[in-house]
Amino acid sequence: MTNGKAIIDAHNISKIYNADTIPVYAVNNVHLHIEEGEFTALVGPSGSGKTTLLNLIGGLDKADAGNIYINNIDITKLSAGKLIDFRLKNIGFVFQSFNLIPVLTAKENVEFIMLLQGAGKTERLQRVQQLFKEIGLEDKLNSRPAELSGGQQQRVAVARALASKPRFVLADEPTANLDSKSAANLLDIMEMLNKEEKITFLFSTHDQRVIQRARRVVTLVDGAVAEDTSNTMMNGKL
Amino acid sequence: MWLVKMAWKNIWRNRNRTLITMSSIFFAVILSVLTTSLKQGAFDNLVKNVVSFYAGYIQVHKNGYWDEQNLDNSFEASNKIENKILETPNISDVSPRLESFALASSRDLTKGCLIIGIDPTKEDKITHLKSKIVQGGYLKADDKGVLLAAGLADRLKLKLNDTIVLISQGYHGATAAGKYPIKGILKFGSPELNEKMLAMPLATAQDFFSAYGMITTYVLSIRKTKELEETAIAARSALGEEYEVMSWEEIMPDIKQHIQTDTNNMKYVSGVLYMLICFGIFGTLLMMMTERKFEMGMLVAIGMRKGKLLLLFLLESVFTVFIGCLLGIVASIPVVHYFNKRPLRFGGSTAEAFARFGFEPVFPTSTDAANFINQGVIVLIIGLVLSLYPAYVILRLDPVSAMKR
Repeated sequence: MTNGKAIIDAHNISKIYNADTIPVYAVNNVHLHIEEGEFTALVGPSGSGKTTLLNLIGGLDKADAGNIYINNIDITKLSAGKLIDFRLKNIGFVFQSFNLIPVLTAKENVEFIMLLQGAGKTERLQRVQQLFKEIGLEDKLNSRPAELSGGQQQRVAVARALASKPRFVLADEPTANLDSKSAANLLDIMEMLNKEEKITFLFSTHDQRVIQRARRVVTLVDGAVAEDTSNTMMNGKL
Repeated sequence: MWLVKMAWKNIWRNRNRTLITMSSIFFAVILSVLTTSLKQGAFDNLVKNVVSFYAGYIQVHKNGYWDEQNLDNSFEASNKIENKILETPNISDVSPRLESFALASSRDLTKGCLIIGIDPTKEDKITHLKSKIVQGGYLKADDKGVLLAAGLADRLKLKLNDTIVLISQGYHGATAAGKYPIKGILKFGSPELNEKMLAMPLATAQDFFSAYGMITTYVLSIRKTKELEETAIAARSALGEEYEVMSWEEIMPDIKQHIQTDTNNMKYVSGVLYMLICFGIFGTLLMMMTERKFEMGMLVAIGMRKGKLLLLFLLESVFTVFIGCLLGIVASIPVVHYFNKRPLRFGGSTAEAFARFGFEPVFPTSTDAANFINQGVIVLIIGLVLSLYPAYVILRLDPVSAMKR
């Protein structure tokens, strides 16, 4: 949509299930070009392929056709082991149901990613403090996930996604399990990170309130891109 | 280090599941140690009763004696031979014996008996014969009296201070006959010995059999019973071909065979026990893997290498199994020691059945440290081998499928 640096460049990607019997195209010949700093919502009815597309872009699933370039690296060519390392260094993930590790404190959950990267103690501490300040949970550093509300847990999940300093974050229905206030709060943080730290967000959602806050909306129908509009055009339609 | 900490925290995330797993390992180790100790203890007791109380761990005879056990195959006792034997490593004591058979009688009752001419002091050091006296006193080297096994005394209706008449064939075909006062009654654990044994001082026996200065056997005791075979070989080499050196396993092959057969049978029992342990551990592993499938997928998705994830689960298994094993071993120590001090003792028809085979129906547990360590290590290995299942699941893990609710 802009002429900036491409973070995600997906060409003709397809994901087919039951290829040998009755093929079902979960993702059908999708082209998607996302540039640095975008704040994009992936929308569509259930079964339209949103999650599958996010999985393909995140390197969690293998495309049956096409190429996906992340920061100019074709991830479809990477081995399973290299893909894990690639995800660790380049992509932040936020899941629908938070998925924090229950035995670790909020701080340890965020630190966990940096431990995987082999970061030193001082670096970890500084980064954790900075992230918790950004998500507004400095007083919950030592709380376990069970002691946090759903909204707080999802904010910690966002902090965890950003711990490895990725340039973009993939979020699968990040507000699906949150009440309106928590959802709005989370979106404020995501928008702030997007604007101030230039972190690119690509998130799937059904939630109209979230769609309204996105600056770009890609609509999927039956695994194919049906519409790709900017926020103003979308708002006009709504 | 952080993986170790995380693994430790993870095993306590589902306290009940971990405690169930640990408990199953804990009880399995106790049961396994107790079974092995009981088996080992029963065999040790058998060897102690039948072997140490009479045959000794090793015997030295004149070459050919074992195939033709008569006084003509006796040899002259000498300090030189005794010293040679005592210089052999692991041999603690040596005692000379003159052994032969005789017909024992009292009034109109007659019974065959085994006469053992002994050096009372040396014999007691090896077979603790003195402790078997239930009536009367022990022998002195120059006594003319005899010690009679209780079963034999009953059969001949003889009591303490009665006289027993002995008739036999002596050295080189000489006639042997004599009458001796009963100085003491012996009670043996082995019913076989109890029915036929008669002990007298060596000099008295040599005089009875006209085998002056002669003996048939040197009975040896050893310090480390596990080094039986090595000690026999060393003694054989020290004494040369003129003598035959036999371990109790060669003297009583039926006992050895029995122990081997029983050991093999116990392997099946242990196998069943280990199978139960396997099912117990595997069941909880299966539960854990199903419960944490989503989490595993998520961890791989956010960038945790499968190798690290595998190590994490392996550490969790090691902690769980190790703690269960350790607690099991610690708890089994007092149990095993209790049954060592207060052994299981069978009575009634079971005791009679054991007696028929020459066993004392007493089952003390063995307190050998190896039993605790071996069983602990076996259960630990089982736990680690079963941990290969989580490893297999992790290696095949597809994060997308794993994260599907």
